Amino acid sequence: MPAANFAVRDPVTPLTPEQIARLKERALFVRLETVRLISIAKVGHYTSVFSCAEIFSALYYDAMRLKRGEPKWPGRDRFLMGKGHAAVGLYPLLADWDFFDKAWLDDYTRLGSPLGDHPDMRKVPGVDFSSGSIGHALSGGLGMALGARLRGNAFDVYVLLGDGEMQEGQVWEAALAAAHHKTGNLIAIVDRNGYQLDGKVDDVVGIEPLADKWRAFGWDVREVDGHDVAAVATLFRELKAETARERPVCVIALTAKGKGVEYMETEPGWHLGWLAPEDEVLAIEEIKANGGVQ
Amino acid sequence: MSAPLNPKTWQYRQLNAINPGLDYLSEGLLDLVAEGHPIAVGTADLQYSNGLNRFAERHPDLFIQFGIAEQNMVSAAAGIATTGTMPFVATFASFLALLCCEQIRMDVAYSALPVRLIGHHTGISLGFYGTSHHATEDIAIMRSIADLTVVAPADGPQLAAAIRASIHHPQPIYFRIGRGQEPAVYPNDVTFEFGKAIVHAVGRDVTLIATGSMLHPTLEAAKALTESGLAVGVIDMHTLKPIDREAILNAAAGTNLLITVEEHNVLGGLGGGVAEVLADEGAGVRLVRHGIHDEYSLIAPPTHLYKHYRLDAAGIEAVTREALANISGKEQRHVG
Repeated sequence: MPAANFAVRDPVTPLTPEQIARLKERALFVRLETVRLISIAKVGHYTSVFSCAEIFSALYYDAMRLKRGEPKWPGRDRFLMGKGHAAVGLYPLLADWDFFDKAWLDDYTRLGSPLGDHPDMRKVPGVDFSSGSIGHALSGGLGMALGARLRGNAFDVYVLLGDGEMQEGQVWEAALAAAHHKTGNLIAIVDRNGYQLDGKVDDVVGIEPLADKWRAFGWDVREVDGHDVAAVATLFRELKAETARERPVCVIALTAKGKGVEYMETEPGWHLGWLAPEDEVLAIEEIKANGGVQ
Repeated sequence: MSAPLNPKTWQYRQLNAINPGLDYLSEGLLDLVAEGHPIAVGTADLQYSNGLNRFAERHPDLFIQFGIAEQNMVSAAAGIATTGTMPFVATFASFLALLCCEQIRMDVAYSALPVRLIGHHTGISLGFYGTSHHATEDIAIMRSIADLTVVAPADGPQLAAAIRASIHHPQPIYFRIGRGQEPAVYPNDVTFEFGKAIVHAVGRDVTLIATGSMLHPTLEAAKALTESGLAVGVIDMHTLKPIDREAILNAAAGTNLLITVEEHNVLGGLGGGVAEVLADEGAGVRLVRHGIHDEYSLIAPPTHLYKHYRLDAAGIEAVTREALANISGKEQRHVG
């Protein structure tokens, strides 16, 4: 018998214009902080963050149940990153939630800093799972989703995956097991920005038809414009409202790698790089203009 | 419908009945549940090989079947461990320690999560299944992963005791265990202390240091050697990491010859660990590392392999006599 999709759906409260404006501002904050932190390290993954800035914003400022200053609160929703190299965009959010001292950001990646290119749960309060080796995170999230059931907790587990990460076999081991074990509290988000280190994902080793693959693995698939923060947040609200869901959910977020800086969007080499000071100034202006700031 | 005629005919799901030694793992875990500890148990399509079917039958809500997907199992166990439940996951040592090495390093050990990894049918105990199923590298690999405790219980009672004791051990643990057919060395009420070797005997001629399944034949060999007039020490080095340095150095100070015995490559395992301690401390005692000598094991029933590689009692006795003969006439230290 197929697993129930959403037996119960509570009414979803629409986002107010003020809430949408706030989420846009937070996405802008993610991009600007990413530029600032990478200027300290002098190397980093701008574009990997820019493609998921709206996802970060919608999760950390609308969807996730969190308690300020309490990164270990047992009832919190969990967040894991398969694409751990986007952690530079996550750290400012964790600091903003008072999970650690904001001053840590100013020493990003310097000798002894807890904040490295990849998130480290031993060093950074608010990081729910370490990453860096692509392909583990969905399994870790599955374990947390099972852990919630074992202890009678009701939290949700969000796992952000890169689209290149779909090439890792372990992702599909986890996908198969999650559907089998009916972890409806597990939500994978694929940041479908289309690029990986060696080029376009579909040129390196193609992953389409991606939605069909997840459906075939027993997941409930939703597609969304990953840069329409209101649409992303609304989708997460809908998923929150499906309280009796048995199927895990895969959100395929259609995104642009480097969103916000036009030349980064069209050059895959920008997976990794550094902006010299004068280019940083221009990039900040462009990000602000694209983020609605004059 | 036809049915087998001879009661000795058997199929996989009857392994437990044929081999009661498989019960010890589940026994230890059932004790933990009975004591109210929050644990979960998982396996990768091997519940009848490791006897966890007994646990699964009693506590289906605490048992997670991961299927043939060991890497997912290890990372998911790490996820479970973050939520206040202690996971025990078991599969063949060959797959756990080699296939899942990176998941163990990143998600379990580096993350310092109290996951219990149980690699069973280790060494060459899977006999004719061949190299894919043998694990003669797992101690070396697991020992080199920081913050991971590595334990090789000698028999079922010690395994159950170690499982029970593990509930109070904060670090992640790799358990290296056999196939459930190891003759018992210890009584059922034995206790377990991580990192504390058990000295069975002290002797100035030779000290045999064994781990895991090799303890029983080593004790048998020591008995025969002792009966022939030699003073033989025996140490159960059940914890390979952290290794009991004091026990090694005490033996080195009071013995002319140390011999390590392990169902593992002589590189990087128990012998390697003991050699490191001796070298660190400048303890110039002779050391013979007995085990599998950097080769892939032949195919044969396990008992035949133990005989072939001189890892049975007679073989260990012979290796010891040869080593003693080899050093006699050469400079002997005066001890005691």
